[in-house]
Amino acid sequence: MHNQTVAQLVKQLQSKAVSSVELTQHYLDRIQQNDADLNSFISVTAEQALAQAKAADVRLAQGNAPTLCGLPIAHKDIFCTQGVRTSCGSKMLDNFIAPYDATIVQNYQNQGVVSLGKTNMDEFAMGSSNETSYYGPVKNPWATHCVPGGSSGGSAAAVAARLAPAATATDTGGSIRQPAALCGISGLKPTYGRASRYGMIAFASSLDQAGLMAQTAEDIALLLGPLSGFDPKDSTSVDHPVDDYTRLLDKPLTGLRIGIPDEYFGEGLEASTEKCVREAIAQFEKLGATTKSIKLPHTSLSVPAYYVIAPAECSANLSRFDGVRYGYRCKNPQDLDDLYSRSRSEGFGDEVKRRILVGAYALSAGYYDAYYAKAQKARRLIKQDFVAAFHDVDLIMGPTSPSPAFEFGSKSADPVAMYLEDIYTIATNLAGLPGMSIPCGLVNGKPIGLQIIGNYFDEAQMLGVAHQYQQATHFHTLAPANYK
Amino acid sequence: MEWETVIGLEIHVQLATKTKIFSGASTAYGAEPNTQACAIDLAMPGTLPVPNRQAFKLAAMFGLAIDAPIARRSVFERKNYFYPDLPKGYQTTQLDEPIVGAGHVDITLDDGTEHRVRIHHAHLEEDAGKSLHEDYHGMSGIDLNRAGTPLIEIVTEPDMRNAEQAVAFAKKLHGLVVAIGICDGEMSQGSLRFDVNISVRPKGQKELGIRTETKNLNSFKFMEEAIELEVERQISVIESGGTIRQETRLYNGDTKKARSMRSKEDSNDYRYFPCPDLLPVILDDSFLAEVAAAMPELPEAKRARYTGDMGLSEYDAKVLTGDVATAVYFDAAVNAGAIPKLAANWIMGDLAAFLNRQELTIKQSPVTPAALAGLTQRIDDGTVNSKMAKAVFEGMAAGEGDADTVIEAKGLKQVSDSGALEKIIDDVMANNTQQVEGYRAAPEDKRAKMVGFFVGQCMKASKGQADPKQLNQLLVKKLNG
Repeated sequence: MHNQTVAQLVKQLQSKAVSSVELTQHYLDRIQQNDADLNSFISVTAEQALAQAKAADVRLAQGNAPTLCGLPIAHKDIFCTQGVRTSCGSKMLDNFIAPYDATIVQNYQNQGVVSLGKTNMDEFAMGSSNETSYYGPVKNPWATHCVPGGSSGGSAAAVAARLAPAATATDTGGSIRQPAALCGISGLKPTYGRASRYGMIAFASSLDQAGLMAQTAEDIALLLGPLSGFDPKDSTSVDHPVDDYTRLLDKPLTGLRIGIPDEYFGEGLEASTEKCVREAIAQFEKLGATTKSIKLPHTSLSVPAYYVIAPAECSANLSRFDGVRYGYRCKNPQDLDDLYSRSRSEGFGDEVKRRILVGAYALSAGYYDAYYAKAQKARRLIKQDFVAAFHDVDLIMGPTSPSPAFEFGSKSADPVAMYLEDIYTIATNLAGLPGMSIPCGLVNGKPIGLQIIGNYFDEAQMLGVAHQYQQATHFHTLAPANYK
Repeated sequence: MEWETVIGLEIHVQLATKTKIFSGASTAYGAEPNTQACAIDLAMPGTLPVPNRQAFKLAAMFGLAIDAPIARRSVFERKNYFYPDLPKGYQTTQLDEPIVGAGHVDITLDDGTEHRVRIHHAHLEEDAGKSLHEDYHGMSGIDLNRAGTPLIEIVTEPDMRNAEQAVAFAKKLHGLVVAIGICDGEMSQGSLRFDVNISVRPKGQKELGIRTETKNLNSFKFMEEAIELEVERQISVIESGGTIRQETRLYNGDTKKARSMRSKEDSNDYRYFPCPDLLPVILDDSFLAEVAAAMPELPEAKRARYTGDMGLSEYDAKVLTGDVATAVYFDAAVNAGAIPKLAANWIMGDLAAFLNRQELTIKQSPVTPAALAGLTQRIDDGTVNSKMAKAVFEGMAAGEGDADTVIEAKGLKQVSDSGALEKIIDDVMANNTQQVEGYRAAPEDKRAKMVGFFVGQCMKASKGQADPKQLNQLLVKKLNG
């Protein structure tokens, strides 16, 4: 049952071939059997999940239930869930029970979607390997000595290991696409502003975007509706009509123009990864698309610009974690300064502290123009590159990540090496564009991801194109040997 | 040496919105601590600000009132610092792109001279919560009811030269924000708070001296005292060979003493940057037209109107426009047909005295503007004389109805029927033949004084209802034979 896709499962739920309670229990059992080792969940909410499943079954029995009703999914532990611990992977929020639901959590609940629990993640979504989580790293189900990617490593591993049919996730610089690539699943980061950020704990507000992970592009198309739309509680969400994301799934690729950026195939890209990506592109040509090489000349600025802007925003966003109103508070504070400095020193991990310090430095008097203002200028140039490119092409494709999953500890001592994991994904966040990753091969038993970058609000076309590829290939059907 | 004082003000004005600038929580004053702080005000994880349209409207109204440009595009920034009553760890405020640009406020000093104070800009921001240091046994309490209350911070140019000017400006500004309805003006509740920047320099010197900032003055009296004290302190420091430290100071109105709160060296690097949770706010033509339409008459224009067509004195106009509610009452009375001069006299005289005795505000007055208008009409058309008018007023104040109803019920109509008056005069003259003879024997210039006796007698006979003007005319005619 767990090897089935969302598309298959919702059909069975609607036809009552399986009940939501049965399905939910099945996934809860799989989590219990497998997750002690994998560590993809921080909290499993079995009791609540079964209650939701029961309610979903009632709706299904009454008829006219929404398409997704009864489907169990997992939420990244960055989304606030009322009455459930929402830790954001941090000791700082280990004791935080959210008093409200994030808008997207609420939206799925309204559709009758069941929440299995909260998935593991890099602390405050800062990391590319899931090694910064207070709850310990998640293992990659394909190679348990390797990282699942990050920051949404828990969601990616849970979907890859068939512990959940799909999961929500977030992407600030690649946190959906890179773990999706490393875990051999499909992942989509929509256009900035497509999904509400209300109740999603902020890392870098101008870059953070909620998205989805599932086995297939079709599954994401089915799930994307409730995630999308303007939210009056988030003034950066965009009042743009919500598409029927399944409408282009069957559209042939004849005439599709794909741009291949030269800059995404330079130094740093592992040969075996490049080979898989090139083969995938050849497959698109076989399906009727035309490809041309394009230039995104400011690509090299994206990592440095990102590592100024994201830390700058996080340095302010994380100031609220001060030990005063909620979250971790140090023992026996002597005075106010002691309360602040010890609560934050003890409550945050090293990577979070590093980024707060970098951000505070970049914003400080005398450095603002040299760092923050310059980074914003670079950001505009990067965006202009994409806008120009999309005059000639419909989609852009390249690698998601320079290499397959790496071993634990191999990059954690070298922040720059870790930051370069996101070298191909960061630019889309800076530009606010939608990006996705789909599996396109295995190297030594480890998955490789193909990145698809679309124009603003062009998610339906991206999903259609990815679906056509998945109709012609089998990579998305592969499951790690121990989790079939 | 002769010293010149230079003063600039920064004024925090709480805007009279129902809800906070970025959340739906109430801004009402005086609630139990932390009962008006929602998840957004508490900076719970994942919460986001949503701008309150009304706050922009009120801020733009201030811009119109000081003849300043309203920015079509305004940007919120984060001002970063840690304090327990600042839940997010940053204040959302405006820096480079404030909503209100440069304007001015003209003040009139006691000696009648006019003085212009330029406004550098005014920006929108959120208020912090309150830290309560008493009653917590060595700890501090935090009340976040105030957190997120919309403020405009108004920054003046250093255009004031002494405490009198600064206080005159502060009073004028207070009257202005209350008059246009953007602030309730309750200074004791912190609705208006003044920070005063003070420096001194030798008279004639161009460059400014080093300034200090005395923060959070919430009464005009304290402001005056604080300025005088600080000017004295600065001069004495300099004259005894010292230098002024740039610092923030606090004035205690109870002890009449000031102390240094922090020096510039201790001040934070606020690391301002544009708030990524809020898009730049764009005000379009229709919004600005809406603001202009909502703009009430400014006090200055009101005074001109009162002293113009209505013919009130400068003094009357100043008193009536000095308090918004009074001006509203007066305008309502005039609109209901009141004779302006008479209405002004009654409002400033009997009505004010009555309300004062009853401890009522003019808004609570049992005598409505329309009722007062009726009374002034009856005085003007001679139905009642001034003595009777007081009785009518008392009747109206006691809830006995409008002027005509009270006049009718109490039979207070003035006797101006000449037949009836003549009869009264004839009776009085018949009963006082000796006085009539005395009058007729007296020289012309003594007679006028002697009429008073007969007027008194006639009034008594008419039970006070004779029209004094007509009575006088008829009496003189008859006495003169």
